[in-house]
Amino acid sequence: MKRTVPLMIVMVGGILMIIQYFIPHQISQTIFEYYTDWAPIIVAFALVLGVGSLTRIHSHKIKRRAQNWPYSWAVLIPLYTMPFLAHIWPQSLGGGMDQPSIYHFLFMHIQVPIQATMFSMLAFYIASAAFRAFRAKSALATVLLIAAVIVMLGQVPIGDLLGKWLPSTGLWILRYPNLAAKRAIMLGVGFGMLATNLKIIFGVERNWLGGAGK
Amino acid sequence: MRSNWISVPVLGILLLLTSLAPAQDTVENVTQVEEPVTQEADSLSGEMTGNEAEAEGDQLQPVVEEILPEPDTELDPPGGIMVQDKGNDAGDQLLVSFETPADTIGIFAYHVYRREAGETGEGSWQLAKIIPAVSPPEFIDGYDPELPIEPGVRYEYRVASVNLEGQEFFSEPQVAQEIPRGEFYHTGKTRILIAGALFIILIFYYFSKAQRGIEMYMRPIAGIEAIDEAIGRATEMGKPVLYVPGLSSVADVATIASLTILGRVAKKIAQYQTPLMVPNRDPIVYTVAEEAVKQAYLEAGRPDAYDPDSVFFLTTSQFAFVAGVNGIMMREKPATNFYLGMFWAESLLLAETGSLSGAIQIAGTDAVTQLPFFITTCDYTLIGEELYAASAYLGREPKQVGAVKGQDACKAIIMTFITVALILGILDLVADTHTLDWLRRLVTSPVIE
Repeated sequence: MKRTVPLMIVMVGGILMIIQYFIPHQISQTIFEYYTDWAPIIVAFALVLGVGSLTRIHSHKIKRRAQNWPYSWAVLIPLYTMPFLAHIWPQSLGGGMDQPSIYHFLFMHIQVPIQATMFSMLAFYIASAAFRAFRAKSALATVLLIAAVIVMLGQVPIGDLLGKWLPSTGLWILRYPNLAAKRAIMLGVGFGMLATNLKIIFGVERNWLGGAGK
Repeated sequence: MRSNWISVPVLGILLLLTSLAPAQDTVENVTQVEEPVTQEADSLSGEMTGNEAEAEGDQLQPVVEEILPEPDTELDPPGGIMVQDKGNDAGDQLLVSFETPADTIGIFAYHVYRREAGETGEGSWQLAKIIPAVSPPEFIDGYDPELPIEPGVRYEYRVASVNLEGQEFFSEPQVAQEIPRGEFYHTGKTRILIAGALFIILIFYYFSKAQRGIEMYMRPIAGIEAIDEAIGRATEMGKPVLYVPGLSSVADVATIASLTILGRVAKKIAQYQTPLMVPNRDPIVYTVAEEAVKQAYLEAGRPDAYDPDSVFFLTTSQFAFVAGVNGIMMREKPATNFYLGMFWAESLLLAETGSLSGAIQIAGTDAVTQLPFFITTCDYTLIGEELYAASAYLGREPKQVGAVKGQDACKAIIMTFITVALILGILDLVADTHTLDWLRRLVTSPVIE
């Protein structure tokens, strides 16, 4: 029962969704919207489990005085403060409706800049990865290095100065061999998705059930 | 080392100078172009003398007398309103077209009004669409969510020619010739249905072939074969294994493939008694991963060794999750990192930090844009469909292997198709014939009509 009911739900739902794709009628759209409306509801309930897990782990760390335990407070305090500020005490900074709330202030002036900082680190990581990756260790690696140099120079003004052929060659590399390889990978991914979804719908793949799959 | 310190700033200065060179040229060009304009303006800016003004005034008068009378502002309304049901929809769209008047001088735009057939009163008309005079006189009604079309309801339309002053000249109202109805089959998706059915039949054929016990060859994939070696390395070093099951939800196929592999990896880890860490971004993935790891420890006969804190939820925020995982990597120093699932911009952040921490890294994703980052920074990478095939490789169950062979058969059909089309296309080009027009139309026309 623990295994059969979820498998039946998945099989019936999966086949229904396949058929629904080919039926444009309003009834079909209504069924689709009904199914998809359930997803955010389930995610919202699952979030409770996630927050519970985070709270449990960090409270254990604080109780046991594990290594770096003070940082667990840095996780738990904002975890509960932000929802409190958003829903229970949405006060504005300077009073009145015109001023942003404390929640908005903390979000815009702490979370957003921190996220932007993490994203901006990518530029330096790309430089570091390129420095390590573009080495002429073999024939194929040399081809990769030459292609990378041509494409990179083609994107900057110095490439245009060195010769008109650089940007046009870089563009040709991106438009033809690179795109061909991308499409080949995407074709394989598409068929892989089809096969994996069929395995899930027809119960061949059961690991998503967790323990009940065995 | 010293030469590296010197060469980098020198290169930077050279790049800066060469970038400034075209900018300098541009400034000079603009300066040179401006001078003639300035000189011309100087000659025109002088004040006119009285005689010159009188001569100018005499010349103006005949021009004033020759001004043409204002044209008739009455515009001809459009006609021939045709309203048809748009096929392959839910009955919420109509194709509306009309004939523009013979004389379109003065027409700025057309206003299309709509109401339900049978309604009366000027207030019942609602503006459905504004069509510029230069655009084709047709449109699909029903896209505006504030003015939806209900299936089974008959509508009435009228179109007005509009001049620059906003005056409208209406046509006679026309009741729609067809009522919008939903269809039970989308004819434009027939090709998808045929191709999908063909591929599903192939996959099921190989399912049954594998179940009959027929051996099927699968080429070795280095990344999958290295999993055992990677776990062994972590065990020998006494360090944990970090497994990141991607940042997507459980609805993503890559995540499900990753959770399948997690179960098998966790079973091996349970046998070796190596510590395991599985941070999750999605709460549902966290619950499934927790169950998969718990079950794996049970199957390995080591339920006592299972640590409930080994699988945990971090955060749903993308870069906060990455920051958390990077922190785990730098503090715990895992010997082996697995990045299997769906990744976005954070892939390089994860892989580079893992590389800095000295771990052996095995990655696998179907995100084409992130594959180059994983390939350059990780020791082994499962590219695209290899991630989906990994569960078949690790388990070697007949149906799993059959599914992989079914995928290969589908790809073989596509490859044959492309190769034949390529050869015949080149022959057509050389011989200047049109043998493959039907094939070209088949390949280049939209998938869904």
